[in-house]
Amino acid sequence: MTTASVARALGGLAHQGAHPPASCDCAPPEVLADRPDGTVVRSGPVVAKAHAPDADPSDLAARLALAASPRTAGILLPPLGAPPAPPAPPGDARAARTVEGRAVTLWPYGRPVDPADPDAAPWEEAAVLLARLHRTPPPDPFPPMRGPAKAARAVARMRAAGPPPGGDPDAGRTVLAAWRSLPGWARGEAPAPAHRAGFLCHGDLHLGQLVRHPVRDGTPDGRWLLIDVDDAGLGDPAWDLARPAAWYAAGLLGTGVWLRFLDAYRAEGGPAVRAAGDPWPELDVPARALTVQTAALALAKSAAEGRGPDEVERLMLDACARIASLPGELAAPSAS
Amino acid sequence: MFQCPKCHGQMHTYNRNGVQIEQCGGCRGIFLDYGELESLTRLESQWTQQAPPAPPAPQAYPPAQQQPYPAAPGPAWGAAPHQGGHYGGHHRHKSFGRMLFSS
Repeated sequence: MTTASVARALGGLAHQGAHPPASCDCAPPEVLADRPDGTVVRSGPVVAKAHAPDADPSDLAARLALAASPRTAGILLPPLGAPPAPPAPPGDARAARTVEGRAVTLWPYGRPVDPADPDAAPWEEAAVLLARLHRTPPPDPFPPMRGPAKAARAVARMRAAGPPPGGDPDAGRTVLAAWRSLPGWARGEAPAPAHRAGFLCHGDLHLGQLVRHPVRDGTPDGRWLLIDVDDAGLGDPAWDLARPAAWYAAGLLGTGVWLRFLDAYRAEGGPAVRAAGDPWPELDVPARALTVQTAALALAKSAAEGRGPDEVERLMLDACARIASLPGELAAPSAS
Repeated sequence: MFQCPKCHGQMHTYNRNGVQIEQCGGCRGIFLDYGELESLTRLESQWTQQAPPAPPAPQAYPPAQQQPYPAAPGPAWGAAPHQGGHYGGHHRHKSFGRMLFSS
């Protein structure tokens, strides 16, 4: 039961999905990601993904059905395989394959954002896709967006890892103080306030969640689409803007890039923030949560790697310190 | 990498306006090499000599802007206002690149 064997099995599945059985000279499968919550392997035009071992089968089926649905065409990358005859019974559909107990799905390969050239990242396109997703009428029923649960998981991981060497021994305490300033819903302990809760959200937006599809050699690739629906669900759409907002608030993301992203979202009629003026009344709580999540993961990772937090990670820790020092009324549970 | 003389945390090297400084990851104390304080003082005096700026002459075209965006709203807990993004442009930090692409 190693991730290597999962990756091998996924490579075989992706390769089978790439063409009918025959002898071939395909390149060996390529591992695109290998984390406990998702292993992704590519063989040519097909990508196989093993989902988290604890993924709820019926929630996953609902999320896959959403990605395959015409209502998210042009927003979410659809999975491979014939669309299920509607309505697909929960736990059925394309998640039927498993590898070592983990549900496996197949996807077309899309070209990602070049990690070596983040300046060329499609910030406006990402914002437009989010606005369209947030405006999409959600299926009923549909599972909750998992953003707050992931923030809670990051804090738990930081606590389990202990302090990294050489850093500020109080950094973990500062992150926890910032965490405690958040209302319960942002910590995954309560439902989001009703007036902000009913929107279709991605739940884990970052630049690795965008691909161009179809991939065409020699001619421009297809349009940008969002991938990875594992955390998608109903929730506060401001959560999907909160990671860039947190980077901006920490001083990492320039004002120019932030405003390009925010303005494109507003121009597309995104409902997460007011149409004009200061967007921070809506962004504040989710951006604080993503700041804590990022800082907590930075401490956990640097502890695991036996190093102190680096300069960028310390800017996120500094933001936590400022959050923790805010006057108490901003932490009132009624804040939304 | 050397240790902070005060709290024994790790010291990290930064470049501020061409001056190398070492800052402790623990207590945030700063260590300056010989001549660095003088370099900073010189930079500071250059800055104060420039201020206050003369009122700009009327111009037919807007000048090439150092700050192409007006001040944008931020949260109460945000960092000091910034324009380029400390890690944007040509000096993008590898660590921020990783952060942009990960959960």
